[in-house]
Amino acid sequence: MIKGNFIDNLPKVYGIYTGGFIGFIILMAIGEQMGMSAKAIGICFVGFTIFIYALIGWLSRTAQASNYYVAGRTVPTVFNGMATAADWMSGASFVAMAGGIYFKGYGYMALLVGWTGGYVLVATLLAPYLRKFGCYTVPDFVGTRYGGNTARLMAVIVLTVASFTYVTAQINATGTIAAVALDIPFQYAVYVGLVSILLCSMLGGMRGVTWTQVAQYIVLIIAYLLPVFWISNNIGAGFFPHFMLADEVARIGELEQQFGFVKNSAADLATVPKGLAGITKAHSEVNATPWAFISLALAMMMGTASLPHVMMRFFTTPSVKAARKSVGWSVFFIFLLYSSAPMLATLSKLALIDPNLPTGIIGKSIAEVQAIDWYQNWNQANLMFVSDFNGNGTVELNEFFMGGKAVVLATPEIAGLPYVISGLVAAGGLAAAMSTADGLILAIANAISHDVYYKMVDPKAETAKRLVVARVLLVVIGFAGATIAAMEIQGILGSVIWAFDFAMSGLFWPLVLGVWWKRANKEGAIAGMVLGLVSGFAYLVWVRSGGSGFLGITQLTFGIFGSTVSLVAMVVVSLMTSEPSAATQKMVDDSRVPAGASVIGGQK
Amino acid sequence: MAKNAQHWEKTRGLLFVTLAIWAIFSMGIFLFGAEMNEVTGPFGYPLTYWFTCQGSLAIFVILIFWFAGRQEKIDEEFGFSEKGDD
Repeated sequence: MIKGNFIDNLPKVYGIYTGGFIGFIILMAIGEQMGMSAKAIGICFVGFTIFIYALIGWLSRTAQASNYYVAGRTVPTVFNGMATAADWMSGASFVAMAGGIYFKGYGYMALLVGWTGGYVLVATLLAPYLRKFGCYTVPDFVGTRYGGNTARLMAVIVLTVASFTYVTAQINATGTIAAVALDIPFQYAVYVGLVSILLCSMLGGMRGVTWTQVAQYIVLIIAYLLPVFWISNNIGAGFFPHFMLADEVARIGELEQQFGFVKNSAADLATVPKGLAGITKAHSEVNATPWAFISLALAMMMGTASLPHVMMRFFTTPSVKAARKSVGWSVFFIFLLYSSAPMLATLSKLALIDPNLPTGIIGKSIAEVQAIDWYQNWNQANLMFVSDFNGNGTVELNEFFMGGKAVVLATPEIAGLPYVISGLVAAGGLAAAMSTADGLILAIANAISHDVYYKMVDPKAETAKRLVVARVLLVVIGFAGATIAAMEIQGILGSVIWAFDFAMSGLFWPLVLGVWWKRANKEGAIAGMVLGLVSGFAYLVWVRSGGSGFLGITQLTFGIFGSTVSLVAMVVVSLMTSEPSAATQKMVDDSRVPAGASVIGGQK
Repeated sequence: MAKNAQHWEKTRGLLFVTLAIWAIFSMGIFLFGAEMNEVTGPFGYPLTYWFTCQGSLAIFVILIFWFAGRQEKIDEEFGFSEKGDD
């Protein structure tokens, strides 16, 4: 089914798919009118979309190494952009980002700048050159450029540490959504999520993941944008929110002035359920120091350029030229969602706090708010809470608490949208978490199967055997991730940000200097990776255990420290040892010229 | 080899220009975040707020496409561009 002309037919195939999905949404909406229960709608949305992904995964099955590792290098720019966007935007982006903006305002928005700006580094410094190299994985580049198994193995270790930190959060998110939508306990839902994830990637490897990610992007972007536009129209804020919410932003500022940010006593706060927060920061004012903002943005940007699951998406394009353009499309598709998150946060906040709106709850009596249907639902789900701290009988700004996820999950209901939208949002969140988890698990499994097993342990292994090893590893790593996810150690966002810091500590400079500094050699790269990762990790442990840190580097930006150590170590050690061989230097020269055969032969 | 060296020099020049623009809109302007926020930006949003929501993000999208176009021109000039597919 998926052969040569499949690529030419892509716009048609995904056009029909998008139409079909919209048709399905309409069908569900009709079902809701005819009395279909909320639970049935949720199950239909989750079940239907997972079925489609699994079908695509099965149709993309392959027995060829180049299909399994790099989707046969045939993915057109625009579609690779969509797949990258889905690969990139995790459960955290989808479910938690608007909430972060809602509660933390400006200081948090450094993440939006960082998670898009990083792609400028990807496009200029790395993607085209790594594509020209013709590697299958990121450690494959490190191993070939610097030579030797030690460098290769170190790259695999950094990749595994960073990606594994990230993937548990994603499996956790799939589990959370599956638990709610299918109404099963979280411990089982995690494994339901895992099986769905593996269905996409196991048979087709990168090829399967590519085509499911495109499908998942379409679902997640519809699921994010449709409610934003609908809510904006419903509360009369404007039909195109992105261009029309200036008055609403200003109004929130006015209300903040009027209500004031009253600080709650520790005793009062102790009565608030865990994980919920109140509004304590101005919505659109600058509430962070320049360095706090810039350092977080910088850490996320350098982390973006070092995360292997993103980089390997650009190995799938047909050419170097296409790899560059494809980065542009990726950021464009990411931009569509990221620029909508602040709008959703604005709409959600205004709907809740403006006394002039029918949905506003500030200033209403406690009893009245506690009687609202949606308040009861979300209170029960442990995502909303009001308490009369000052005993005056009405809800004040400082007496209303919400979970970060509620901004995305509850706002449609608050603004009076039909339940079908909540089902759609669940499907979107699931798509976001699944697509990222797939990319991450595949990145780890491919690195171990290609770089450790094939390149180090058994270089004579036949393709069939290599692919069996790759698939077994995929399942093993998936289960390991799910098992840790089921323990629920870190919040979704904490571990996501750490992954960026780990990746940049160990990989940023060895990758960048590998392309841009011919003098960089094996000893330098190994020193850079080892010392970068170790020092970054040590800094994290130090700050977590009460250390004061220095230069304002926090546990969210420890990669700035790690990568600086890595840079210094790499330059110093490289200069102290002999320069790379002529063959290696020629390899670097070749990688700088787009035309001609790839640098690594035989991995077309 | 001289051709390669020239090509690389131009490529590096483009890199520096691109990274300079990137640094301004990802970090530089936020040095003056508080001051800039007093100004009204596009669509009536406070300026710094607008940059974090839309401005910087959109500039990155345009910047990458611009960079890709320029780099293709450089490659063509030296006859280094790939034939065929896109």
